[in-house]
Amino acid sequence: MPEATERRPYDQPTEELGPGQTSYTSITDKITSVVLTPHTPIQWFIVVAIGLCFVGLLQIAIAYLLYEGVGIWGLNVPVGWGFAIINFVWWIGIGHAGTLISAVLLLFRQKWRTSINRSAEAMTIFAVLCAGMFPVLHTGRPWLALYWLFPYPNSMAIWPQFRSPLIWDVFAVGTYLTVSLLFWGVGLIPDFATYRDKARNLLTKRIFGFLSLGWRGSAIHWERYEMASLILAGLSTPLVLSVHSVVSFDFAVSIIPGWHTTIFPPYFVAGAIYAGFAMVLTLMLPLRALYGLHDFITDRHLDNMGKVMLVAGMIVGYGYFMEQFMAWYSASIYENFLMDNRMFGPYGGSYWALLTCNIFVPQLLWSKRVRTSPYLIFMVSMFINVGMWLERFIIVVGSMHRDYMPSSWDMYSGTIWDWALYLGTMGFFLLAFFLFVRAWPLIAIHEIRTLLPTGKKH
Amino acid sequence: MNDTSTGNGAHGLMAEFETPDELLAAAQKTYGEGYRRLDAYSPLPVHGLGAAIGFPQTNIAVISFICGVIGGLAGFALQYWVHMIEYPINIGGRPHFSGPMFIPVTFETTILFAAVGTVVALIVLNRLPQPYHPVFNVPEFERASQDRFFLCVESTDPQYETEGTRSFLQSLGPVKVSEVEA
Repeated sequence: MPEATERRPYDQPTEELGPGQTSYTSITDKITSVVLTPHTPIQWFIVVAIGLCFVGLLQIAIAYLLYEGVGIWGLNVPVGWGFAIINFVWWIGIGHAGTLISAVLLLFRQKWRTSINRSAEAMTIFAVLCAGMFPVLHTGRPWLALYWLFPYPNSMAIWPQFRSPLIWDVFAVGTYLTVSLLFWGVGLIPDFATYRDKARNLLTKRIFGFLSLGWRGSAIHWERYEMASLILAGLSTPLVLSVHSVVSFDFAVSIIPGWHTTIFPPYFVAGAIYAGFAMVLTLMLPLRALYGLHDFITDRHLDNMGKVMLVAGMIVGYGYFMEQFMAWYSASIYENFLMDNRMFGPYGGSYWALLTCNIFVPQLLWSKRVRTSPYLIFMVSMFINVGMWLERFIIVVGSMHRDYMPSSWDMYSGTIWDWALYLGTMGFFLLAFFLFVRAWPLIAIHEIRTLLPTGKKH
Repeated sequence: MNDTSTGNGAHGLMAEFETPDELLAAAQKTYGEGYRRLDAYSPLPVHGLGAAIGFPQTNIAVISFICGVIGGLAGFALQYWVHMIEYPINIGGRPHFSGPMFIPVTFETTILFAAVGTVVALIVLNRLPQPYHPVFNVPEFERASQDRFFLCVESTDPQYETEGTRSFLQSLGPVKVSEVEA
């Protein structure tokens, strides 16, 4: 048997990982060391403390909402949909990148996705949970929402309206959350087994032993496992495209100017991928610095994610252009007025801010130097995060505040409770994500192992 | 599994290897030698390993497909039943049977049933959760989820014979061969 210090001939570097990760042992040790240690970085406590503060704010905002009703929000008569739907669409969109990375890139055999798929899937689940709070809370009486949202008859024996996109939303988001959880959970099982075997603390061992379901890495199990993963990826791919399409139907099926357009489904899906990748980078860059994961999330990852954002951003830009074009081409005075009002009306500033955030600034991503610089790509991602929120604000408020009848025009702005709920969900997201990072495998270890030269052929 | 005359009550013999290639080659040789009650353990999926130990192709895809079809039919049937039979109600003059409008929910239930079916099939066919298994009795086996590769010949194999099988496994060049207590 070779000496422990001697490098074995089959321990070789691989292009997907940094130079520090050359063997199964080093990969396992590095990733498990984030969790299986009594030492927690001080920065982690700071982020969790901030997250907890905002979760407190979230609880207050929800409690007061349930006590007082949705009147505490800034909604008024022409603008019947406000922050609740803006934030719902924003969060759902963010979730899409996780599924894209874990499912679509798996089918395309993009090996680099392996380093980021687990944490991106976690991000998806937490983002969908945040998104789900808004439609439930906007009912004002969530305990009655069962009758309004789920296929269950109310006391008058009336069922929900299956021809409405709002019910499609329930099915799409519900399926999306369930399938994302299953996909994530299946991926976690073999990694839990690694943690079980690696843990030295008896309680930790027991917990991971329980979670791993007794996984032992049998070849027959792997055979089924690989097939199940492939099927789940194949199922998630059309699913992720359908979810934001269905979300866009909430708008596109109505007859409000600016909403009633066929560009919405593809344009929403592209926007979702755009926002999602921006959020992946927003989370991953600080995480990489905090835990020294530079061997797993390399400059190549940043480069590739930058390219995906650039492409998605240009599809979104095409969507903006098509909205303008169709408003003109339709020769409808309402559509024409809407576009004029969108650019030069009372909310015109937000439209130009949107173009700056989503179209102009991301052009920097053409430069490889920007794509591979953690600071610059982080800045661009922050612009996109803001831009995608503005996009939904413009779609929702921009179309409604001046509807067909000028006598009912009104301005809209979020109240302090709108903002409290929104910031609260951000705190929840941050808290959930950091708890996940500290307690569970944040990188899919068994998949990373397949990147090594000896594992690659398999 | 425990009542074997030849294995002295042991679950089997386990050989430990350092790379997936060594394990795959060893599995093929062992199967070629006539052993049929084999299992191989690895920290990552090794392609061809299932076939090497004589495992036929898995039928999870068929289960997923059937579940998906059931899901699609169930989703469509629910909407048809609600709007045509249970409580037909005129909403905005739309026809009671609005086929195209039922498609999104039908699609989502198809995916939902197929995905749930796949995961349930995976867990049930793999007989999980299974907290105890004799292979865990081998102290080195904790590396099967980290960086080592194991081949186990089970004592229920008709060809199993403690000393003979041990020397055969030794000839495959493993790091170590150990007996697995039942």
